[in-house]
Amino acid sequence: MNQPLLVTASQKAGPRWTLAIGAVVLLVLLALPLLSLLPAGHSLQVSAYTLTLVGKILCYAIVALALDLVWGYAGLLSLGHGLFFAIGGYAMGMYLMREASGDGLPAFMTFLSWSELPWYWVGTQHFAWALCLVVLAPGLLALVFGFFAFRSRIKGVYFSIMTQALTFAGMLLFFRNETGFGGNNGFTHFRSILGFEITAQSTRAVLFLLTVALLVASLYLGWRLARSKFGRVLTALRDAENRLMFCGYDPRGFKLFVWVLSAVLCGLAGALYVPQVGIINPSEMSPTNSIEAAVWVALGGRGTLIGPLLGAGLVNGMKSWFTVAFPEYWLFCLGALFILVTLYLPRGVVGLLKKRGEQ
Amino acid sequence: MRAIPLPPVHPEFMLEPILDAGSGRDAIGLGQRRGEGLDVRHGTVLTLEDINVSFDGFKALNSLNLYIGVGELRCIIGPNGAGKTTLMDVITGKTRPTSGKAWFGDTLDLTRMSEVQIAQAGIGRKFQKPTVFEALSVFENLELAQKADKSVLASLVARLSGEQRDRIDEILQTIRLSGSAQRQAGLLSHGQKQFLEIGMLLMQDPQLLLLDEPVAGMTDAETEFTAELFKSLAGKHSLMVVEHDMGFVGSIADHVTVLHQGGVLAEGSLEQVQADDRVIEVYLGR
Amino acid sequence: MPKALQRLFLGLLLLLPLAAQAADADYFIAAKANEQARLLQDWAAQPDPARLELLSSLQQGRIAPDDTRNLRLNNRLRGLVDNALASHQLLSADAEVRLAAAQQLQKSAQPAQVAFLDRRFASEADAAVHAALGLALANLQLVDSDPAVRLAAVRLLGETGDPMARTRLQALLEPGVESNAGVRTAAETSLAQVKRKLLFGELLGQAFSGLSLGSILLLAALGLAITFGLLGVINMAHGEMLMLGAYATYVVQILVQRYAPGAIEFYPLIALPVAFAVSAGVGMLLERTVIRHLYGRPLETLLATWGISLILIQAIRLLFGAQNVEVANPAWLSGGLQVLPNLVLPYSRLVIIAFALFVVLLTWLLLNRTRLGLNVRAVTQNRNMAACCGVPTGRVDMLAFGLGSGIAGLGGVALSQIGNVGPDLGQSYIIDSFLVVVLGGVGQLAGSLWAAFGLGIANKLLEPQIGAVLGKILILALIILFIQKRPQGLFALKGRVID
Repeated sequence: MNQPLLVTASQKAGPRWTLAIGAVVLLVLLALPLLSLLPAGHSLQVSAYTLTLVGKILCYAIVALALDLVWGYAGLLSLGHGLFFAIGGYAMGMYLMREASGDGLPAFMTFLSWSELPWYWVGTQHFAWALCLVVLAPGLLALVFGFFAFRSRIKGVYFSIMTQALTFAGMLLFFRNETGFGGNNGFTHFRSILGFEITAQSTRAVLFLLTVALLVASLYLGWRLARSKFGRVLTALRDAENRLMFCGYDPRGFKLFVWVLSAVLCGLAGALYVPQVGIINPSEMSPTNSIEAAVWVALGGRGTLIGPLLGAGLVNGMKSWFTVAFPEYWLFCLGALFILVTLYLPRGVVGLLKKRGEQ
Repeated sequence: MRAIPLPPVHPEFMLEPILDAGSGRDAIGLGQRRGEGLDVRHGTVLTLEDINVSFDGFKALNSLNLYIGVGELRCIIGPNGAGKTTLMDVITGKTRPTSGKAWFGDTLDLTRMSEVQIAQAGIGRKFQKPTVFEALSVFENLELAQKADKSVLASLVARLSGEQRDRIDEILQTIRLSGSAQRQAGLLSHGQKQFLEIGMLLMQDPQLLLLDEPVAGMTDAETEFTAELFKSLAGKHSLMVVEHDMGFVGSIADHVTVLHQGGVLAEGSLEQVQADDRVIEVYLGR
Repeated sequence: MPKALQRLFLGLLLLLPLAAQAADADYFIAAKANEQARLLQDWAAQPDPARLELLSSLQQGRIAPDDTRNLRLNNRLRGLVDNALASHQLLSADAEVRLAAAQQLQKSAQPAQVAFLDRRFASEADAAVHAALGLALANLQLVDSDPAVRLAAVRLLGETGDPMARTRLQALLEPGVESNAGVRTAAETSLAQVKRKLLFGELLGQAFSGLSLGSILLLAALGLAITFGLLGVINMAHGEMLMLGAYATYVVQILVQRYAPGAIEFYPLIALPVAFAVSAGVGMLLERTVIRHLYGRPLETLLATWGISLILIQAIRLLFGAQNVEVANPAWLSGGLQVLPNLVLPYSRLVIIAFALFVVLLTWLLLNRTRLGLNVRAVTQNRNMAACCGVPTGRVDMLAFGLGSGIAGLGGVALSQIGNVGPDLGQSYIIDSFLVVVLGGVGQLAGSLWAAFGLGIANKLLEPQIGAVLGKILILALIILFIQKRPQGLFALKGRVID
């Protein structure tokens, strides 16, 4: 009786269909890594390329979901989520670099003729600490930035611009060699993770399954949040912040919580992205990447949970096809997508489907 | 036979302190009571003294004094630009006064509290333009307004108890929106939104309700109903109503304050202020 | 050819100045590289006006002015030619030529030239040339065997504020170079003196490049302040309007070169109206086709305009290539004003600062003194009321957007004169110019002005101290802290808060 409208609406639109399609997609995703383990040449074998590509898109889907939590529900359009994603990736990359270099220094540091590790690399040879960093680094950064931003009631486009400037600053910082993260080239040439060879089919399969698990977990978390009173407060915040304040809610705490949560989700996605793709460099932090994430969410339909996943899949699928077939025209396509979605699909693909369902 | 002139009525005197139970508390070192039991020993729920607000030299409020008693229903009238909305902004913490004192009860200094703290302390406000959470249903709007722990953590785990649910249903009946409980609030008519916002205020269960033009956009029947509602609320709650509709003011208020150019021009019953020469001059420009 | 014979031959040549010109040239060509070097050194020590023509030809890589054969000289020889030529130019009647020659000699003079320089120093009448020669001489005298001469040279160097004096003095103070204690102490004092003078110049230089960056930011942010402040539209494609302006300049340059080579000096002036028209036209087109449908939805506008910027960048890439294109400064914009020995203010930047201020003034006049400005301000304050009063809001929106974009186009012309012109040009300025708008407050021309110059100068002053990147990050942090204090920006209007 007291569920948010979105949930009730999606139930009306045909919960059976949603569930059935969801289940099929999940089954396919679970089957992919198993099929990749088949011997080469088998007709059903899934190539490492395909597995990596889908794994990458799944990581992006988590970012889209995280972005949707702050944009779709709380109305804060972040143009800096790539920063949190990359920081999570770098935290995992630090561990992988240490694992690859053994007792010595990572190769790029010897190249800079550094004699010892900078202080922030301490402990990164331990997988557990690296995992902590994956959560803590983006989380703390989001906490500090969010605290100041929400305290001074920065919202709307101002907030978007500030987050964009933040990720831009981060990119410049990581481009420097002196920062100690490999400069331009970032981290690459990983060998193993927890002793398992990183390019082995089985390792890839496990990483893929972990990504699927994280995606499902984030989806569940998002669903629980959207259904809770917290989710309704967020929606209220988006539409009438003043009214909410005079109801006795402190908007800052709510914004900060969902903002940090979203950043941490991004960090985790980044941490799974790096071992699968095998490289992380500062261009992940470029404002272009972050704003592209916004179009995934917009295309899929913000304020819904399935929409961002759908959007991330569609756009990235198109991107990988275009960049092979017509590399020069991809930016035209992406640009047109930005314009068409905002003009004609304000509620995204999911909104369109719902409209069809209701008619 | 000479007519004996009646002494002028000073409504303040009519509101003798009702609660005096706590007067000895300070003396014996128990401190003051706060929160739930708002300290209203002196019978006033709101005390504004010598409030000044200026925007870049323009004085929106000018040495304003206002006292609202416990359980009182006070109407504020005044021409446009008299400072009515600024007055509400000051009480709710949205605008900080340049100087002056603002007390809620006897112990809470409104000039030092944030908007959220003021709302939690028990002041509810209805905006001039009805503001409800348009994407949520009527039921959910009331649920959010309900008096409860409003921290982040509590919201994450909150579940509605049967009692709370009954309370929401009760308010839904009061504001005549039972049939639309699951409708999206954005789809309501203007008048219905006004009622929903009043309902949200009731859910908050505040000591003091500030209502900015509550009957704008309502039909006559709805206005009449609102008047009844407010009258039934007075006593339990204190109300401060800003309204232009003199008929409505006459039907509810026993005590009216006239604002003009940021200060109090006249105070008294509606008949008294309507007979006041200065008020007539301000309104009719004579 | 035995060496002795060579010497003899050379001696003979010097004795025959009348025949020198042709003979010198032939002999020079015939000689091997190290002989050529010796020859040049000798010429430099004993200049002869008759050789001037030969040396200037050699500097151009030819034997004689009318000779088309190309002469290949290595870097060392080229340096020696420059030096010898300067030595000869000291004999010129033109004081400016002598000054330039003396400055060249400060860098390149050899010990063998001391005697000649001494003579010229004694007979030089022009004060500036005299001082420059003294410096050139002092440079040489630093290695004189007489400590008294060295001391005098060191003191002389200390009085100049020249970057080269610092290098020379530092070299002198290297351990084991100077043995005389008195000269060492004097050199240390002189070095400190020179450094102080240089620091002043450096700071001024940084402040000036800050002003210059600020003026570019101002041109970029001014348009944004109009579109964002007045229309409430965040235009992420605004940086691309700058880029379009810069490419329009490039096209104008090519067209002028091809069809009116005589006017090439003034092509930036022709480019101004063209760039304005191109950017404003594109801006108005976008406003009518896309942005108009998104008023009141700022976040969506932001995304849509980002899409537009992607399309514009890619279109330019396909048309002009992904590489930077070359936009040359006309003569009157190249060169600079020498204010201090280590501070040259390039004319191009001076002109741009003045130009930016001029555009601000023009915009202010346009918004405050014209009918269009009145309409724009009316629409800004109350769109519905303005429409009721008969203001054609749609057209006003379009014109205001065109104006904002056109100003960015003008900024593009300015930018093309001092920076690289490439498809990504706009991207590097867009974030900074947004920060200007945020800092300056919405819809405030004065705020934009102060914020742009403030940010520009802060950027350039921080750059050498902590590096460009950390400087940018620090500035971002400062802006976030600043907004804590003044959420509405520098120049906010107070008033009743409107919901």
